[in-house]
Amino acid sequence: MEEAAWFWGVATCVKLLLVPTYHSTDFEVHRHWLALTSSLPLARWYSDASSPWTLDYPPLFAYFELLLSFPASLLDPTIVDLVAGRNYAAPSALLFQRLSVAAADLVLLLGAHRLARRLPPFRRRLAFALLLWSPALLIVDHIHFQYNGFLLGILLLSLSFLGEGRDLAGGIAFAVLICLKHLFSVGAPVYFVYLLRHYCRGGFGKALGRFLAMGSAVGAVFAVAFGPFLYHGQMLQVLHRLFPFGRGMCHAYWAPNFWVFYIVLDKILAFVLAKLGFVIQAPKASFTGGLVGDSSPFAVLPQVTPAITFLLVILAMSPCLIKAFLKPEPKHIIRWVAYAYTCGFMFGWHVHEKASLHFTIPLAIVATESFDDARHYFLLSIVSCYSLFPLLFEPREYPVKVLLLAIHSILMWLGICLFRLSRTPHQSKMNDSRGSSEQNQLIGWTGACYLLGLFGVELWGQLLHPYFFGNRLPFLPLMLVSVYCAMGMMYSWAWQLRQIVRCS
Amino acid sequence: MAKKAKRTTLADNAGRRDGGFPWSTTVLTAPTAGAVALFALLVRVMVSVGPYSGEGTPPKYGDYEAQRHWMEITLHTPASEWYRNTSANDLAYWGLDYPPLTAYQSLAHALLLNASLPAALALSLSRGFESPALKLLMRWTVLSSDFLVFFPAALYFVWVYCRRGVGGDKEGGSAPWLLAMILLNPCLILIDHGHFQYNCISLGLTLGAIAAVLSENELVASALFSLAINHKQMSLYFAPAFFSHLLGKCLRRQNPIFEVMKLGLVVMGTFALVWQPYLYSLEAVMEVLSRLAPFERGIYEDYVANFWCSTSIFIKWKRLFTTQSMKFLSFITTISAFLPSFIQQVKAPSDRGFLYALLNSSFSFYLFSYQVHEKSILLPLLPASLLALEEPLLFGWLMYYALLSMYPLLCRDRLILQYVSVLALFGFIFYSPDGRSGMRANSFSIRKRALMILPLLCSFILHVIYLSLRPPEKYPFLFEAMIVFLCFSQFVILTFYTNTKQLMLLDCSTWTERGKKDL
Repeated sequence: MEEAAWFWGVATCVKLLLVPTYHSTDFEVHRHWLALTSSLPLARWYSDASSPWTLDYPPLFAYFELLLSFPASLLDPTIVDLVAGRNYAAPSALLFQRLSVAAADLVLLLGAHRLARRLPPFRRRLAFALLLWSPALLIVDHIHFQYNGFLLGILLLSLSFLGEGRDLAGGIAFAVLICLKHLFSVGAPVYFVYLLRHYCRGGFGKALGRFLAMGSAVGAVFAVAFGPFLYHGQMLQVLHRLFPFGRGMCHAYWAPNFWVFYIVLDKILAFVLAKLGFVIQAPKASFTGGLVGDSSPFAVLPQVTPAITFLLVILAMSPCLIKAFLKPEPKHIIRWVAYAYTCGFMFGWHVHEKASLHFTIPLAIVATESFDDARHYFLLSIVSCYSLFPLLFEPREYPVKVLLLAIHSILMWLGICLFRLSRTPHQSKMNDSRGSSEQNQLIGWTGACYLLGLFGVELWGQLLHPYFFGNRLPFLPLMLVSVYCAMGMMYSWAWQLRQIVRCS
Repeated sequence: MAKKAKRTTLADNAGRRDGGFPWSTTVLTAPTAGAVALFALLVRVMVSVGPYSGEGTPPKYGDYEAQRHWMEITLHTPASEWYRNTSANDLAYWGLDYPPLTAYQSLAHALLLNASLPAALALSLSRGFESPALKLLMRWTVLSSDFLVFFPAALYFVWVYCRRGVGGDKEGGSAPWLLAMILLNPCLILIDHGHFQYNCISLGLTLGAIAAVLSENELVASALFSLAINHKQMSLYFAPAFFSHLLGKCLRRQNPIFEVMKLGLVVMGTFALVWQPYLYSLEAVMEVLSRLAPFERGIYEDYVANFWCSTSIFIKWKRLFTTQSMKFLSFITTISAFLPSFIQQVKAPSDRGFLYALLNSSFSFYLFSYQVHEKSILLPLLPASLLALEEPLLFGWLMYYALLSMYPLLCRDRLILQYVSVLALFGFIFYSPDGRSGMRANSFSIRKRALMILPLLCSFILHVIYLSLRPPEKYPFLFEAMIVFLCFSQFVILTFYTNTKQLMLLDCSTWTERGKKDL
């Protein structure tokens, strides 16, 4: 614990220094929720519309905000004032909310410690560095402002329970996680299949008993979370707020996933067909506008509905589900869950770029398992962190994000190179017998070229685009980042899939 | 950072086991040094987001405005008028009081800033100009100066230190830790990137000169140190150490007079180059010199943890003596304070002795010389950080109280959050799991431990009451005085210790000499 605490302490100092940096509107969102939960009765939490930032996280998170609002009101009552506190960002509010994120990261520390404590010293340290010093988490939580470290900490806790064979505890932790942020339910199919096959074993009677035990435990968590709202007749309103399908397929800034290629293909086809003389109707809705209504944003390709994306996600996940069904082994569970989140990210509806954290953080533990995993993680974590760069667009934070990523890359490089050394002779012999020199390199030449290309993309966005186009086409650099990062993400998805199918 | 420290140790172990590992051959490898340096840069960038001295406080503002004003003056007036009171240059408003190299540096930065934000440097009209864009640009000038001067000097020093084995028989592998200790100096970071100054340039030049002395490039060392003096005259605090060490070395060579003359020529040449715009008449030189030595400002400024200020609680020096006799008194005490270390270096110059001499001579100036600022503690801190591997306890102790002595200043600048985080960060790196801080509290006797814990407790209490309590009406500066006195008491203990330590080197100096010849 001492070692993990050291890593956490260093990270906390950095987080403290980040207090005065830029924060997004999410800061006001969370401040408003503090005020909302502390000033209004529970029955009105999900129906209040006094601010555009309505509560759209599940009830447990609302309780969490309620808990935070007590110390907040002691420190400065304006923070939790529903009217006077609007857009309140005084130093006291800033400090309190930033500190609450840093303190909530204690859960991340606990999760990381539980997952990594049994690893050999070197791999343990690598895992701590990757988890607790993740630049993506620092950018999203401690600059942009969110509570992902806390939520991912619960996910890691749940995974650590599963890894130890304590399935019931793992299931409960996961239920809590879903009741904190429902976006995490993408991992639910894997959890369901795994727990069904691994926990509910034995004879029919025993299996049924365990199934009922798990069901009632998870049900209890949901009852605690949603029960009060059911009692007040708010259930429909809650669900309406949690699942706003009025939003378009893509967020204002396209998350680097599969759909980026779909959109780009549509644009190219429209362009080519128009050149060939076909009459192409320009789509009424545009992708760069953020909220997309009912009209189809595609000119040529068919419209994509939430149901299609849902089916695609399940389809992409299915190999992993089959594996989990046939051979539920605790040692693979982190990989499977991470893969499920990758599928959700790649093919899901209205995906935020921040959702890449859901799989990059658990994969950090997988990365310490083998050299191949570490190599894959090196690429993935750089790409996913880079894809978060557009979140911080002010020049003041520019050096911060660049340095965070650079330091992270160097540390990974150092750690992974040492990793290769620390392999047992048996392993390295196996590798040698495979022969190819590519196997022994940290990244092959394709990977290296791809990563160097990131410099090109960044250079274009920072220097060349303003030089050539001035203020015109402001979305072009962002689009370029999305498309370029999407390639890396697709590779990572395919690589994970291959790895899951391969391993017996 | 320290984790890198740990990483290298691991790399070394792994490398030793496997053999022929590319980065296990040298102690400080490029990736580890890069990671440490980039982390140090990141910390600086994050601190620079915070407020600067005098932010939004007309009419005088603070050091930030002073630096901006110097850029304005150097950009729009000829060099001959920089130190002269003219219609364009009102010396009463932040007149330039550093040597010409600072002025050139201001001019260089002014040219950069003028290209993007000319309004911020308009002559006379821009006084008190503040904007987020200007703050960002000004911060970036400090960051780039730090990265271009102090960082390479620190790398150079650590490289030389390890190659020459200055640390003696200590195991290698902790070089990244040493680098982190030099680069993550909380006082330097807070003063330069929080409060706003350019100490990184003069300290970086000094550090480069120290490394050059250690690697036997004495001519380079003389040139670099002359430049350091020409950037901030406070660098003279180190002059006795440089002078005695180089003199001692020259005396041991075949042609001592020729050697000394070579160094003297380099020093004079550098000075002539820097002072070239003022060399046309003696009057012009004296004009600049009088700006550099502002005796009328009194023996100390604000609350500084040196002898004169701390003892003024009991003895009212300012009332007892005239300025003239005060000058003389401080002159005599300063010289007598650094004399032992000076003599030791002339008699037996050695690498380690040189580092101790730097610490002792800068300490003697800080404690006894005339017109000392609280920020001058940065000067003794530099050699102390260079000795971090050898004297981890001394270094950590000094760092803590040095930072405490600047606590009132940083509170005024509203940098408390940065103060706490950078201090905590330093503590974590200092005590990193695999770092070679080498200090274990349980190796001390209970009495010694109590001796250390007592002032530590006092300092914690002072931190809290300074922030939370109002001083009594009658003594508005009571808490400042208490902080200053606590720090002073620790500094005195430390300087006694380092002087003894250096003088003890005299006994084994013959051994060191023999060792060097073997090399």
